[in-house]
Amino acid sequence: MSQPMVSRGFRGRQRSVEANLPPGQYLTNDFPVLSAGPTPRTQLAKWDFTIVGTTLVQPKRWTWDEFQALPRVTIQADIHCVTRWSKLGTRWEGVALDTLLARVQHQARFVIAYCDGGYSTNLPLNEVLGGKAWVVDSYEGAPLAPEHGGPARLLVPHRYFWKSTKWVRGLELSVDDRPGFWESLGYHNDGDPWREQRYQGD
Amino acid sequence: MDASRRLDGNAAAGLLREIFCWEMTSAAVTCGNCGATNAVGALIIYASPMGTVLRCPACEQPLVRVVRTSNDYWLDISGARCIQVTPDTAAT
Repeated sequence: MSQPMVSRGFRGRQRSVEANLPPGQYLTNDFPVLSAGPTPRTQLAKWDFTIVGTTLVQPKRWTWDEFQALPRVTIQADIHCVTRWSKLGTRWEGVALDTLLARVQHQARFVIAYCDGGYSTNLPLNEVLGGKAWVVDSYEGAPLAPEHGGPARLLVPHRYFWKSTKWVRGLELSVDDRPGFWESLGYHNDGDPWREQRYQGD
Repeated sequence: MDASRRLDGNAAAGLLREIFCWEMTSAAVTCGNCGATNAVGALIIYASPMGTVLRCPACEQPLVRVVRTSNDYWLDISGARCIQVTPDTAAT
């Protein structure tokens, strides 16, 4: 992305002239790591991904090798952290939630992603279907590093990045919405960066 | 670049003092997961820009989670079975 021309010494309102950024965000070229606990390091031989839920006709489970055999896509996306940094044009590879959820029969309306480390996040099903969310295991052409959520994390780039929860291990399909780790502690249930939904009540 | 800090429990003294009217680092917290009891000052603190998580040093269960939003503090102590606080003698 080309940087806008600004005269030396003029720093005011810089955020507003950076293109493609949601309100209140600033651009970074780093990839900050936010940790609310120790970094889980699950061995691939012990990793699996499950879909569960009370309305499921049959729960689903993939081993790492089975997950790798699923149809894969490359995603280029801008990501926006609720702590105000944004990073543009990030490249990921993984499996669309459309692909995963097409393999189960259910009556649910919400999805709660659960993770190693005890984290979780909640999303309406209609916000993760239609090519809007993925389970990714590759970042910029390399295996996803543990500090960035490897071996696999959720990617939901149209929501604040906490909903792209790290170390994801499965999805619970639910009839009812249930706030996740951060949504139950003051953060907004929807987390739309373009509507600046950072905290409950925003 | 790690924007978070892993610290000992004494680092949360100022944050907890903003919420509680007592000095909290000597308060005893019993973990709801493994039952270990430790002073707040002995807990493991993860000071993330999103929020602060105080974890049990024995099993790493979150005991206290604090987020400061635009107008409020959000405090989750569901991971702690019990918190024992001795009032400050100076305040009595």
